[in-house]
Amino acid sequence: MSEHILLPEGSIEKQTTTLNLGPTHPATHGVFQNILELDGERIMKATSTVGYIHRAFEKIAERRALYQITPLTDRLNYCSSPINNMGWHLTCEKLLQVETPKRVDYLRIIIMELARISDHLICNSIVGVDSGAYSGFLYVMQFRELIYEIYEEVCGSRLTTNIGRIGGFERNFTNAAFEKLEKFLDDKTGYPAQLREFENLFTRNRIFMERTIGCGPITGERAMNYGFTGPNLRAAGVDYDVRVHSPYSSYQEFDFTVPVGTTGDCYDRFLVRNQEMWQSLSIIKQAYQKVQAFKGADAEIYHADVPAYYLPEKKDVYTKMEALIYHFKIIMGETEMPVGEVYNSVEGANGELGYYLISDGGRTPYRLHFRRPCFIYYQAYPELTQGGMLSDAVITMSSLNLIAGELDA
Amino acid sequence: MLTNEIIQQKLTDKFGDSLTDWQVPFGMLTFTAPKEINLKVLQFLFDEPELKFNFLTDLQAVHYPDNKGAELAVVYHLHNWVDNIRIRFKVFTDINQPDVYSATALYQSANFMERETYDFYGVNFVGHPNLIRILNVDEMDYFPMRKEFPLEDQTRIDKDDDMFGR
Repeated sequence: MSEHILLPEGSIEKQTTTLNLGPTHPATHGVFQNILELDGERIMKATSTVGYIHRAFEKIAERRALYQITPLTDRLNYCSSPINNMGWHLTCEKLLQVETPKRVDYLRIIIMELARISDHLICNSIVGVDSGAYSGFLYVMQFRELIYEIYEEVCGSRLTTNIGRIGGFERNFTNAAFEKLEKFLDDKTGYPAQLREFENLFTRNRIFMERTIGCGPITGERAMNYGFTGPNLRAAGVDYDVRVHSPYSSYQEFDFTVPVGTTGDCYDRFLVRNQEMWQSLSIIKQAYQKVQAFKGADAEIYHADVPAYYLPEKKDVYTKMEALIYHFKIIMGETEMPVGEVYNSVEGANGELGYYLISDGGRTPYRLHFRRPCFIYYQAYPELTQGGMLSDAVITMSSLNLIAGELDA
Repeated sequence: MLTNEIIQQKLTDKFGDSLTDWQVPFGMLTFTAPKEINLKVLQFLFDEPELKFNFLTDLQAVHYPDNKGAELAVVYHLHNWVDNIRIRFKVFTDINQPDVYSATALYQSANFMERETYDFYGVNFVGHPNLIRILNVDEMDYFPMRKEFPLEDQTRIDKDDDMFGR
């Protein structure tokens, strides 16, 4: 591959073609632009441009009360917004030193792992679509719908969820939510059966393997240097997972393994995501068992007792003076935060999602920075695609799980 | 087992009193380094066999307009995956001459992060291979995350911020 020589720009002998892939191209699944220098179908040089949907979240957050920032985090990685929401709540709780009850932790884990599954299933099935296998995408889609229905039962919305509050959830999980969860977890008719079928379609499929093995590989060392985290890093053989390294929300009580790959190519990324979905299913089952073990009054706990930060229920606001006062103070953003700076991270669906929050004691953050995993690992894209075919570049992009919303903040 | 005290001791042995403002907010060791030696500190943390801070988690800037002569802070978050310990260090720079050495030679991941920091705060990373705007339009001639640019139009008179302002 390296024997190809780039002739100078404007030279009459220039044999390469410049191709603009994006910003709006069906194969990029988002607003990315890549200016590719092609020799035939082989990529000699790739230049990525980002920022087409930048929405200045960090600036907006400097003028918003804590609860108003949650909807901003939705719109980072919108394929798994509950993880972003929870990450933000956990950051606030760390700063405000709020202890959440165990039941809240377990409920959060259920929601976060559902979000991880919904993100991975989209990513993996899109890899299928981009390699010409459309059916897998349609197979799993009904279960994403079911996951969204569970969100809907819990918080009322589906894609940009704004789920939960500082200290817990806005209401207890309904029976319908648990029924839907059971339907999702059912081994015969639920997602496990569908995932097995999905794996049957792809994992040992000769065409799919030929298409993805050796496509867009990266070594563990390069991946670390490029700031990879999440499944993409683990596919390169580095077993770093925030859930294990710095457990949050009681992850230390759960039994799960961290799948790792070896070559860091598209096929390994695909396998790692599939394995992670199995692990997530197992975590959800464990968490659901733990939630069911709460009986009586304990089963009614869905938020921490922090009236100054937890937005009270509407029926209390109408009937109790204290709840009304706190409601007013929180909604008007009149709650002062303690001074401090805190970095908190969660294992997002595509890597370590970090929140760096500086508070000067005011009502809004002095500075809030989102560490967006996509944004950091996307810079490896030119290196991953160089020397490969144009069609490989498309698969590499979808298997990196790039979400435009997260990339551009 | 690597602890914050050992890290602090090792850094003080190496760099003496030039590292200041040692704090441990929420368990994360935080300190300030003069901007001239930011690369030396990063390199030392990277190379030292006991420290092994091989992963740059995050890099961003903060603007303190009242901190005359040192208005911009560049904040590095580093992570040692072997001992699983994080540290944070800051370098402060004058906003009129915001030159800070680039960490791109050490960490490839610093490339986009420094471009983003330049884009929003105007920190000039010396030695960066391609220091151009990344998320904002190329034609922009100011650095929008600086505190002198308020989010809302300050000329509006229909909103009384004395009552409900933040």
